[in-house]
Formats: sequence, structure tokens, C-alpha cells
Amino acid sequence: MIVGALAFYMFAFVTVAAGVLVISSRNPVHSVLFLILAFFNSAGLFVLLGAEFLAMILVVVYVGAVAVLFMFVVMMLDINFTALRSGFLQYLPLGGLVGLILLAELLVVAGGWQSIAGGAKMAQAAAPLAKGVTNTHALGQLIYTHNVYLFQAAGLILLVAMIGAIVLTHRRRVDVKRQRIADQNARGTDTVEVRKVEVGKGI
Amino acid sequence: MSIDQIIPALPEVFVACMVMALLMLGVFQKGALADQDVKSFRLISGLSVGVLGLTVLLVVMLADRQLMAFNNMFVVDGFATYAKVLVLIASAAAIVLSAGYLERHGVARFEYAVLVVFATLGMMMMISANDLISLYMGLEMQSLSLYVVAAFQREDQRSTEAGLKYFVLGALASGMLLYGASLVYGFAGTTNFSVLADLLKGGAPSVGLVVGIVFVVAGLAFKVSAVPFHMWTPDVYEGAPTPVTAFFSVAPKIAALALFTRVMMEPFGDAADSWRQVIIFVSVASMVLGAVAAVAQRNIKRLMAYSSIGHVGYVLIGLCVANEAGVRGILVYLAIYLVMNVGAFACILCMKRGDRMVEQISDLAGMSKTHPMIAFALLVFMFSMAGVPPLAGFFAKLYIFWAAIDAGLVGVAVIGVLTSVIGAFYYLRIVRVMYFEDAEDPLDAGVSRELKILIGVAAFIICFFFIQPNLILEPAAAAAKALLAG
Repeated sequence: MIVGALAFYMFAFVTVAAGVLVISSRNPVHSVLFLILAFFNSAGLFVLLGAEFLAMILVVVYVGAVAVLFMFVVMMLDINFTALRSGFLQYLPLGGLVGLILLAELLVVAGGWQSIAGGAKMAQAAAPLAKGVTNTHALGQLIYTHNVYLFQAAGLILLVAMIGAIVLTHRRRVDVKRQRIADQNARGTDTVEVRKVEVGKGI
Repeated sequence: MSIDQIIPALPEVFVACMVMALLMLGVFQKGALADQDVKSFRLISGLSVGVLGLTVLLVVMLADRQLMAFNNMFVVDGFATYAKVLVLIASAAAIVLSAGYLERHGVARFEYAVLVVFATLGMMMMISANDLISLYMGLEMQSLSLYVVAAFQREDQRSTEAGLKYFVLGALASGMLLYGASLVYGFAGTTNFSVLADLLKGGAPSVGLVVGIVFVVAGLAFKVSAVPFHMWTPDVYEGAPTPVTAFFSVAPKIAALALFTRVMMEPFGDAADSWRQVIIFVSVASMVLGAVAAVAQRNIKRLMAYSSIGHVGYVLIGLCVANEAGVRGILVYLAIYLVMNVGAFACILCMKRGDRMVEQISDLAGMSKTHPMIAFALLVFMFSMAGVPPLAGFFAKLYIFWAAIDAGLVGVAVIGVLTSVIGAFYYLRIVRVMYFEDAEDPLDAGVSRELKILIGVAAFIICFFFIQPNLILEPAAAAAKALLAG
């Protein structure tokens, strides 16, 4: 039990610390790296909650795709981050107020959840524990067995969207020269002439 | 999941596999550099028509009883079979109709047929939906393909505009439908039609559920272009390439009306008293607007758009009735509407001058002299749409009004008769222009063989429907019975 609690506090602390560093570090590349750290530690928190599928998705989608995309954007675009940051103190009161309102609302939600009749029961009902079925397995069963018809239909719809995009936008441009390797390979020797060029003289 | 789970969806699986095979074939066929590749276009179009024909056989083979698949998300019954056969015929006819036009306008690309088949697949899924989620999936697949074909002539500003307009408004309608579906789910706790039907047997629906149903109705009314959600129809019909308009006015309408009927009758059938006045309003408003607004139109495609709004109004009378006779009326109307509209659009596609399409009503002048047969066929279609006996369109309206009067909705039936009299004015105006006005500049003489065959077959069916009406009536009655029993 103590190991679980220790792990939770470690992940939670690192997540929060990384979150603070994301907004406070001067170099935007560092910010993105701290964001990745925060994602990894949140994934750890999900594993502790028993939501291993969410943890995997968080790593695969957010770290693998979104954060890398951020990195590209940060590196490719020439944005002056110091200029963006210059009004930080000026906007602090407003931002702080929004943060305070959000905090108060969260407390109301949590308090309401605790005080209403049967709240604890509802909290459990939201996450029923299936015996012997991991949640990856359960999701797979839902998508690929129970709703296989919808899954396939969605695939076909995406295919239609793809065909549509190609039909409506793809065109062969006539004003560009493109390489045709087959044509190049098919050229006979008569079109090429090898000449010896003597040193110091042109052709 | 075992293989017999898939058997009810066999036609859909077949279409899905074949359309992907056709796509691959087209992609690897396409070697030419030009923007249009007529050879692969013709090949893929021909094969698509073949695939749709085979699918009709598959659908009919599965016809006899009610089958569920995929955890009751998918249903096959007599109703679905009937509607699917109509949709498949309409799509095949639309592909045949478009060949000449697309080649002349330099946009003959094989993706057209592929997209039409994809749309057809979506329509079949809509018709067989037994769950709000599978309904939405089918609807989106159909709509997404339609948005693209509306903008298919991408060099043409009006076509692009039509596609964009349709897309934006269609997305809005999908949003309303989804909002309604989420309310239904929230207040009923299920999205499955069978479970919803059981739930509503228990008593009056809650207010939240009724609000949800109304939003679902709004979303569906958009898809069938019923007033007050019709605004997109004239612009999209006018802007889209003519064969695409022909396709829009038939197959998606039939599929959406079939879906509408199933949704209102099956899960929400026992709540009919809660939603009836909404449908009555939509139906009456569509009939009135379809009749009145069409009078001022100069462009024949716009006129057909208003005409189709009016027809949707008549069909929805059958839904107000909400019993077996009403559903039978709807199904008979849809079949006859299919034939009339395919024929009329085939005639419109013959209107070209100097190898370009013309689409003003005044361009029809003198057609009775230059194209006597086609002018006569168009006269038959126009009389039929106006509801002149003994043509098929008269019987279509007759069964609908009959059902309404039997159910005590005399007021709606009277308005229906009055609006069809107003509607007769603009249908007859076309006939007048064709027969009693002289052309300054006659239309081109050549008409392709496919168009001639389609026009001939459609005119024949419309003229001689009254000899053997049971060919359509009996399947329609069986389909209506299957829907009400299920």
C-alpha cells in the first residue's frame, strides 16, 4: 500500500512540477520537453488508477504525435516568445481570477458529489470493475465485436472522404517537369554519346 | 461472431467489396494524362451497373422474412427489400443517364460511378438501420458521397457552389439529427429501434423524448428536402450537373423517405399522436410551397426541385396517417415517383444546343416538331406528375389521399388535391411551350440510345400502369405489412 502511495506522490509531484516548468521556462523547446515529461507522469497516474489503456493512448497519441508536432511548430515557426511573454505580469490578475473561479467550481463539484445521497455509489457505478477483463480487452470487444458493423461503416465513410478529397482537388499540372524513371531506363544508347575530353581543351 | 450473423447484410457486404474492387480497378487502369479518361470511365460505369443489378438479385433472395444482424443494429424485412430494390434501380439508372453528359463536359472520370455506388451503399444501410447509430452511419456515407458528386464538375463555378452549399447545410442537418438522437438516448436510455418501440408501448413518451423526436424529424426532413428545411434544394439542383440532379431527385429521396417512414413507424409508432401534427405541418407546407413557388421558375432544373418538394409533401401525407394503408401509399408513390422522375430527367438531358446543355423552360419551344417522340414522352411524364388519370401519377396520389380520408385526415387530403391543381398549371406550361410555341433555334437532333431506351421504358410504365397495378401494389402492401408487423 505504501509503495502505491509513494508512486502516486512521485508521479503527482513530477507532473505538477513539469507543468509549472512548461509555462515558466524561457526556451520554448524546453517547454515542450517538460510537457512530454508531464504527459509521461500523467500516464503513470493512469496506470495507478487501473486505466492502462488510457495510459498507453496518452503516451502514443500525446507524446508520440501531439508533442512532436508542437516541437516541429516551435522549431519551424519564427515566433518571438520573449515578446509574447512580455505582458505576463499585466495579465496575471485576470488569469489568476479565472484560475480562482475554476478552483472554486471544482470544489463545489467535489463537495456536491460527496454530499448528495448515494454519491459514493454513483462514483463506483461510473467505473464498474469487470472480473478478469482488462479495459483494453473490454474496449476491443466493444469496438471490434459488438460494434463491428459501425466500425466497418466508419472505415468506409473515411474512404469516401478520401476519394472525395482526391476527386475534388487532385489535378495533374502540365507546367512542371517530372521524373519518369521507366522512360529513362528505356532510353537506348543512341541518345547518349560518350566523348573523351582532353585536358585543357573543350569540346 | 459467426458467419450467419453476416448473411442478412450480404447485399451490403457484396456492394462494399465490389465498390472497393472497382476503385482499385479504376486507379490502376488510369494511365492517361488527361483530366478525363473516357475508357476507364465507361468500363467502371458499366461494371457498376452490373454490380447494382447483381445486388438487386441478392436483395430479393433474402426477401422472405425479418432478419436481424450485428446485435440488432441491422434489419432486413419486406419493407427494406422493397425500398432497396427501388434505390438500386434508381442508382443504376442515374449511372446510365450520366454517361453522355459527363463525357461531353470533359469530366468523365471513373470516380463518379464509384461514388454513386458508395452513396447507394449508404442508402441501403439507411434503409436497413435498426438503431440510431447505424442510421447516422448510413446517412453520412450517403451524404458524403453526394456532396462530392454535386461538386463533380469542379471547373464549373455553379457546381462547386452547389457542392459547398449542400455540404454546409447537410452538416447542419446532421448536427440537428445527432442532437435529437442524443436527447432520445438520454431520455429513453437506448438507441435501438426495437427497444424504443417496446418502451413506448408502455405509455405516453416523456417531454424530453418528444423534443428528441422532433429534432430527429428536423434532421430527416432536411434530407428529404421538406419545408421548412428545403432551402438548399433549388440551388443544389440547379447548380449540380444535370445527371447528378437526376440522381439526387430520385435515389436519395427514396432512401431518406423509406428511412423516415421506418423511424416514425417502428420505434416511434406508438407515439404517433405526439409527432403527428409536426408531420402534418411539414407535409402541408411542402405541398403548398412546391406548388406555388414552382409557378415562377424559368429554369427547368429549379422547377423540378420545387416539384420534388411538392412530391415529398404528398408522400408525407402517408406518414401522417401512420397506419398500414398510409405506408402502402408511400411505397406505391415512391415507385411511381422513381419512374416519372427518371423519365423526366432523361428528357431534360436530351435538351442540348450546339453540344451544350440548355436548361431554360423556353428552350423547350418547338420540341414537338424537332423531337416528336421525346416531346410526347415528356408530356406523359408531366401529365403523370400533375396527376391526370389514367397515368400512374394519378394512382400514386389516389392511394395516398384515400388512406388520409380513411384515417379522418380530410383537411390534409383536400389541401393535397388543391395543391395538385395548382401544380398542374406549371406542368401544363411545359407542355404548352413544347407544343404551341415555335423555336427560334431548335435543339440538337441526336439523342443517345441509352436515353431513348430509358425514356421509352419509363413512358411505357407510366402509361400502362393501370392495366396491371398489382405489379407494384402487391409488393408494396406486403412491404407495408412487414414494417407494421416488425
